[in-house]
Amino acid sequence: MTAPLLEVIDLVKEFPVRGKGIIPRNVGTVQAVSGVSFTLHPGETLGLVGESGCGKSTTGRAILQLHKPTSGSVRFEGRELTTMSTKQLRPLRKDIQIVFQDPYASLNPKWQVNDIIAEPLQIHGAEGPRGAVQRRVDELLELVGLNPEHRNRYPHEFSGGQRQRIGIARALALNPRFMVLDEPVSALDVSVQAGVVNLLEELQERLGLAYLFVAHDLSVVRHISDRVAVMYLGKIIEMGERETIYNRPMHPYTQALLSAVPMPDPKQERKRQRIVLTGDVPSPVNPPSGCRFRTRCWKAQDICAVEEPRLERRGGPDGTLSACHFAEERQVV
Amino acid sequence: MSTASELPEDFLSSGTTAPLLSVKDLSVTFPTDDGDVRAVRNVSFDLNPGDVLGIVGESGSGKSVSSMAIMGLLPKNAIVEGSIRYRGEELNGRTYKQMQPFRSKHISMIFQDPMTSLNPVYTVGWQLAETYRAHHDVSKKAAWAKAVEALELVGIPQPDRRAAQYPHEFSGGMRQRVVIAMAIINDPSVIIADEPTTALDVTVQAQILDTMLRLQAETDAAIVMITHDLGVVAGMVNRVQVMYGGTVVESGPVDDVFEQPRMPYTVGLLGSVPNPASLGKRLTPIKGAPPSLVNLPSGCSFSPRCPLVAEVCHEWEPELEEAGPNHTTRCHRWEHLATVDQPQRLFLHDEIGTVENPAVFAAARPDESLEVTAAHGSLVTDEEAK
Repeated sequence: MTAPLLEVIDLVKEFPVRGKGIIPRNVGTVQAVSGVSFTLHPGETLGLVGESGCGKSTTGRAILQLHKPTSGSVRFEGRELTTMSTKQLRPLRKDIQIVFQDPYASLNPKWQVNDIIAEPLQIHGAEGPRGAVQRRVDELLELVGLNPEHRNRYPHEFSGGQRQRIGIARALALNPRFMVLDEPVSALDVSVQAGVVNLLEELQERLGLAYLFVAHDLSVVRHISDRVAVMYLGKIIEMGERETIYNRPMHPYTQALLSAVPMPDPKQERKRQRIVLTGDVPSPVNPPSGCRFRTRCWKAQDICAVEEPRLERRGGPDGTLSACHFAEERQVV
Repeated sequence: MSTASELPEDFLSSGTTAPLLSVKDLSVTFPTDDGDVRAVRNVSFDLNPGDVLGIVGESGSGKSVSSMAIMGLLPKNAIVEGSIRYRGEELNGRTYKQMQPFRSKHISMIFQDPMTSLNPVYTVGWQLAETYRAHHDVSKKAAWAKAVEALELVGIPQPDRRAAQYPHEFSGGMRQRVVIAMAIINDPSVIIADEPTTALDVTVQAQILDTMLRLQAETDAAIVMITHDLGVVAGMVNRVQVMYGGTVVESGPVDDVFEQPRMPYTVGLLGSVPNPASLGKRLTPIKGAPPSLVNLPSGCSFSPRCPLVAEVCHEWEPELEEAGPNHTTRCHRWEHLATVDQPQRLFLHDEIGTVENPAVFAAARPDESLEVTAAHGSLVTDEEAK
């Protein structure tokens, strides 16, 4: 086993909730991420899934130190990122990049595509003769399937899928080794989405990138990931190899989530049994005691309210890591 | 089966055998400074009681505009042509006021975003009661009781307490239930649901779809389900219509369309969705971008992106042709498509190196939205042309 590229240990990110009034006081804490741990190896894709508000995007940003983590540790190639200053972090930013969800908001509308992609190169002092930056920009545009002749156009002239490609080209400019992909395809139409997914896969093969793929679309995550972690209310409740998670999920929430995904196949859809959860996700300001899923779980017992289940291997050596007292395999897809 | 005689209104002719809702050659055009936006072109469908019709398409395919045209909710500058008949009664050409007796009472709508379709300054119960009182001459108290009943019907716990709350006190899923309650409170025969679950998480989406199907079975209303999610369509509807570039390109029973698509666009759309069978393989997306509705490509609107494109496709747009029982397609080459084994492979190509031109370029010259550099991979089109 090679050394992990990224190690996240017990990552916690809390946001204070301020009250009203002239002197705002903290009246509570949003526990967005509460103790998330995982490792990522070079060339690997970890899919991070969950519903809105479960903390998956915050996790991605806390890794990049875009949100300073409240506690816990993030190690990139053995170097601790959480204690570094902005200045110390800067050289490392070459290796760690992010692609944002909304291709309409993440590109400066006043800049030409050329400048957008060249900016990271300039910030990090691209070496070499004049014209090298230009050549690199053209190379990147071609790499993501855009015509280099259109480098002088503005973002509004491109469609959503093409803009996302520009965002990817910008992230690739410095030859990163690890990319956080924060819902990179969820704002796109299906036919365009598939093109971006293919592109990401091909880039990974060519350049040996490691991805943290944050998404709520379980079918896309299944397609692209090697391993999958499922989050619920700020915690990873199940994690494992892709096929194990999808074929033999152990945690009731994973089972419900997977059974709720509609499949584009009428015959299978009619056969399937759906686990319909009742109620809504509780507020992260005041999460339930013990297991955070217990308020919506059909298996919940007294112990679930008292003792928080640990994320550990349950049900045999080839099972998943799951955080449930009553973890049990069940086929749902 | 509900019949026209059940209707208390006398403005509807009784004993008619016409379908519940019959849309024929519907076209919607918006004149703009840049030219006419042809949002919907020649859309036709019939809806009978108990039908669940799915309309699928990507953004800009005209699916929402056609539903707004049926409801008479389009802005004044829209030019609506064709006929929309509800139980034989023509709806197109009616003024906003003349449409009022039909809305909610006969045809109601569920909008996509439950955040914006409810009024934030009135309680949920008040808004529901208002909808009921618009069509029933009852006391406020009776209308309130009806509102509570409707909330209970859509599965909101403690409906009497919840009715007195404001929309911001509800979660996204609960708010969408309120919108559904509002759509069914007057017991309509047709419910048009425009992307009802797009803004919701999957587990909540499952709850909402469940509720809609239960209500449909209880009330025997016909549902038009507009969505971009092929999965939602597969699980919910019995007939499906695929829209592209403002018109219907394929229509048929859901199993036939999913198993034997007869239009390359449907094939491409199905190949774009990751499913367990595609694991470890590349997805087969459609190259290029959807057409601009101001400047449509000549001939078939899908021709610039189609792997099976032939000369004739650039010349004229085909009519909807019968490709099986109840199954129609708007494609010159559907017979050829039917002979292709694994049609999704037609869309395979190298992702890196194929060069796409910006959207504006494609809009200005719709027939050349793609350009392939000689140095890198080629579209499967070349292979297919041989």
